[in-house]
Amino acid sequence: MSVVEFRMPSLGADMEAGTLVEWLVKPGDQVKRGDIIAVVETQKGAIEIEIFDTGTIERILVEVGTKVPVGTPLAVVRTQAEAPVLVEAAAPPTVAPSPTPAVEGQAPPPAPPAKAIKPSPTPRLRVSPAARRLAEQRGVDLDTVAASGPSGTIVSADIERAITEKAAQKTPPTGFDLAAMRSAIAAAMARSKREIPHYYLAQPIEMTACEAWLTRTNAKRPPSDRLLLGTLLVKAVALAAAKFPAFNGFYRKDKFEPVGSVHVGTAIAIRGGGLIAPAIHDADRLSLDDLMRQMRELVQRVRAGRIRSSEIADPTITVSSLGERGVEQLFGIIYPPQVAILGFGKVVVRPCVVDGHILARPVVSATLAADHRVTDGHAGALFLAEIERLLQEPDKL
Amino acid sequence: MSSLDVRAIVQEALGNIAPEMDVGTIDPSADLREALDIDSMDFLNFVTAMHHRLGVDVPEIDYPKLATLDGAVAYLEAKLP
Repeated sequence: MSVVEFRMPSLGADMEAGTLVEWLVKPGDQVKRGDIIAVVETQKGAIEIEIFDTGTIERILVEVGTKVPVGTPLAVVRTQAEAPVLVEAAAPPTVAPSPTPAVEGQAPPPAPPAKAIKPSPTPRLRVSPAARRLAEQRGVDLDTVAASGPSGTIVSADIERAITEKAAQKTPPTGFDLAAMRSAIAAAMARSKREIPHYYLAQPIEMTACEAWLTRTNAKRPPSDRLLLGTLLVKAVALAAAKFPAFNGFYRKDKFEPVGSVHVGTAIAIRGGGLIAPAIHDADRLSLDDLMRQMRELVQRVRAGRIRSSEIADPTITVSSLGERGVEQLFGIIYPPQVAILGFGKVVVRPCVVDGHILARPVVSATLAADHRVTDGHAGALFLAEIERLLQEPDKL
Repeated sequence: MSSLDVRAIVQEALGNIAPEMDVGTIDPSADLREALDIDSMDFLNFVTAMHHRLGVDVPEIDYPKLATLDGAVAYLEAKLP
């Protein structure tokens, strides 16, 4: 057993500090590796921070609302051996009473303190029908609105004021601060254009096999289990990146560091503006179903403004798809310190020559923007060709 | 279930997907993907919600029939179990 410090993580090369906006644990709480224990507000929005140790929270060092530099200790954690559960399970329940004291780590965790459920008093609010409708439409909690109407009635003007006040509040505890996100994008992209010598390649890829396979597969599935074309694209990129490690990793301190795992950043547009590309970890090793589930869950969390620290910190390559918005090709800007970004446009039906005949075929344009300090166009062409090859055999993805 | 209920359920599901839009004011004959700026993932979530709420499993081949609000309501009403 030892004591470790839980520190403000770096969530990207451009982050210097973060504001602690929420603690999800308190001293005495048991935590395990991967638990989300705090929420930190950064330029990229509110990020859920995971802990990488298993143990007990001993002390909280930073109060909610405090902005601290990366690396600042936030809490003290008393760690234990990683396998107490195993030990517990292995111990036969009916051994003779043992004179030895309980082995450390075997003691059952203290029961969580029972939460007192307080019946909240609900005084009847006077609300005009128009105000109630407006509040419902705009998601305003009537309990938080000050009334200005006759005999304390909440009227539409009160709701309008509440909406304005809500919008004026700086840095909401969850959700995204779009202005801050815009400056984060600006900083990262300006740095990319300044420092990274990009080269760009494009390759049209026939999608007949993928579309037929998807139609066949989805026809047998309820909507909740269906796959999207994007899942096949991300998986193909992940598999190709595992085979071509020079496109998967980070360029830092004047040299390229390949990364053994493939964490695919998937660019997700945020409604109202802004963009974020959180990672799907080990995408090359996920089944298509698991990958789809994770993409779906990730999009939902991003839209709800909840992403996790590890997802923001470590994409090793990015995939961006703007086909949905009707463009045929996009030329990505590498997100530093990554070294490659793949773009996929809209699937369009184009005349293709097949066995000497002109046939109408669905085609997607795949583009690669890669870092010339690390690879050359020749390697990039092979990488794109591998993605094309993989997409011709979707049943093997 | 009346057509009013189906419309309300469709609008509620679309409102969940595009919370900043006023779904009540969109043109019922406009293309939903464009009017609400929704992508294929959003649309799949909409179809999934309709499966859960109305018990109507919309096959992919019928997706184009749900392109507009009016189209979606008419299709779903006709397929109610």
